[in-house]
Amino acid sequence: MSAPRTRTIGDTLLTVDRISLSFGGVKALTDVSFDIAKGEVRAIIGPNGAGKSSMLNCINGFYHPQQGSITYKSVKRSQMRPHEAAAQGIARTFQNIALFKGMSTLDNIMTGRNLRMKTGILAQALHFGPARAEEIEHRLAVERIIEFLEIEHIRKTPVGRLPYGLQKRVELGRALAAEPELLLLDEPMAGMNIEEKQDMCRFILDVNDEFGTTICLIEHDMGVVMDISDRVVVLDYGKKIGDGVPDEIKRNQTVIDAYLGVSH
Amino acid sequence: MAFFLEVLIGGLLTGVLYSLVALGFVLIFKASGVFNFAQGAMVLMAGLALVQLFEPTYIGLWHFVGVGALSAAVVGLLVLRTVRGGTFAAAKGDWRIHLPKIVAVGAGLLGGVLALAGGAKGWPLWLAIPAAIAVMVAVAWVVERWVLRPLVNQEGIILFMATLGVTFFIDGFSQTLFGSNVYPLNIGLSKDPMFLLEGVFEGGILVNKLDISGGVIAGVLVAGLAVFFQKTRIGRALRAVADDHAAAQSVGIPLNWIWFIVWSVAGVVALVAAIVWGSKLGIQFSLTFLALKALPVLILGGFTSVPGAIVGGLLIGAGEKVAEVYFPVVTKFLTGTAMPGGVEYWFAYVLALLFLLFRPQGLFGERIIERV
Repeated sequence: MSAPRTRTIGDTLLTVDRISLSFGGVKALTDVSFDIAKGEVRAIIGPNGAGKSSMLNCINGFYHPQQGSITYKSVKRSQMRPHEAAAQGIARTFQNIALFKGMSTLDNIMTGRNLRMKTGILAQALHFGPARAEEIEHRLAVERIIEFLEIEHIRKTPVGRLPYGLQKRVELGRALAAEPELLLLDEPMAGMNIEEKQDMCRFILDVNDEFGTTICLIEHDMGVVMDISDRVVVLDYGKKIGDGVPDEIKRNQTVIDAYLGVSH
Repeated sequence: MAFFLEVLIGGLLTGVLYSLVALGFVLIFKASGVFNFAQGAMVLMAGLALVQLFEPTYIGLWHFVGVGALSAAVVGLLVLRTVRGGTFAAAKGDWRIHLPKIVAVGAGLLGGVLALAGGAKGWPLWLAIPAAIAVMVAVAWVVERWVLRPLVNQEGIILFMATLGVTFFIDGFSQTLFGSNVYPLNIGLSKDPMFLLEGVFEGGILVNKLDISGGVIAGVLVAGLAVFFQKTRIGRALRAVADDHAAAQSVGIPLNWIWFIVWSVAGVVALVAAIVWGSKLGIQFSLTFLALKALPVLILGGFTSVPGAIVGGLLIGAGEKVAEVYFPVVTKFLTGTAMPGGVEYWFAYVLALLFLLFRPQGLFGERIIERV
């Protein structure tokens, strides 16, 4: 990283309190608690099957934990569906890219603006007055994102045809288009080469710096995690086994055992 | 030449009707990836509801009260939804969470009372059509709530089987509600024949006025739908839902609402198809088999394409008529004996088969490129 990053980490944005989630007999999460502070980059790490993605799915409403609660912006929320979470400023990307494959990059990112468009159906259909102005305004916002992510050249390409790394970038763009307060990234760098990873790191840090977006990410590349995150949660078999700044985590014996395996 | 044109125009106008049915399929397939086998049954239900509310021969006063209550409740909910704009995530215990129920029950009571006062002599057309639409919207809601929602994220084939079940339910239930005879539908579309191009050909070309008005109605509907899906935010949301459910939800598109809208629109399209077909042939059980004719239309046009449904319908309508009429002529020329017709019944399916062999995505369908 070049210049020292200047930003402020504020109060707690989201608190996860003693969450348990099970699918039939399989316990995906057991009694997990942690919090995310406004403006920070928070990482969730752990071996495969540790429950990391389940955690994100709970936060954005795909899963409903059987026990425990989630408090977001000081409001303890009841069962919430994903589109309601989106309406409250939580955007995300997926481990296995979930883009609208038949649509162009531009249209994909435009769907991210969906929540922010207000004019009625009729006005839009006729494309007049406020609807026209609105479309242009949102189009401009999308163009800014396209420029920011350096994907101008694939603006009109159907995303199904793009290489993996670029698809990941478009997916990030769609999440950003909603101007979220909390951005959940599920393995944003999986399957990328070093160069692509560096680009992605840069984008994530820029988003965090420039827009002040709080980021919660899952990542397997320890080098990346230790570099860019402010605090790290470690899960193993659905339980939290570590929580702290990267340096602490590196020295935590339980975490090292979970990753390297330990003879009993 | 004049005779050929007559056959061709007659075929094209029948094709318009195929297109109407196929259109209902395309809408639902685009938005949910479900092949909705029940579209034909929906045409039957819409037709029966309309004809019995307009000129009742089977149903009594209490049906009117029921439909009146239902329509008013639907309208109330839609108005509420429009005014309020989207759902709000109200906390449990907030009374506003019950607002939709209160509005539905209140409007329903009011509608029921009004319908009771209006009597069972049948409603005027301007009331019967919206009421039939309300019935179809109610069907959409029931299907979304009790069939699609529990099956979300299931395989396409499972959803398809579910719509098969829905087909038989709607078939039976609509006849229970509205009777099972053949009912003539006469909403004032003229059935007189007319002659075109009398100056060009001797005697002109004979066309049925009803076919013409059917074509015009279909054209207006299609133009409206095209604008709705291409130009509006909901159109974009629809395409997004069709591609990926989870991703659509994560950008804030409410899946259930979108499905409800699409099924409602498909219900309206079914009603239009029922009006045009019903004026021609009467409202009867065989309308439900229109679904089978729409299948080759879709294969020709491509399952996801609105223009495809139109062009496919026209091609098949015109093709089968021309083939039917000229098959005996051609066979006589080739073999010396004129083979009897019957081509009309299989022409569409053979054409569809050929398309499956040489252009499986249809004329306008999206080519699927699988990355390996």
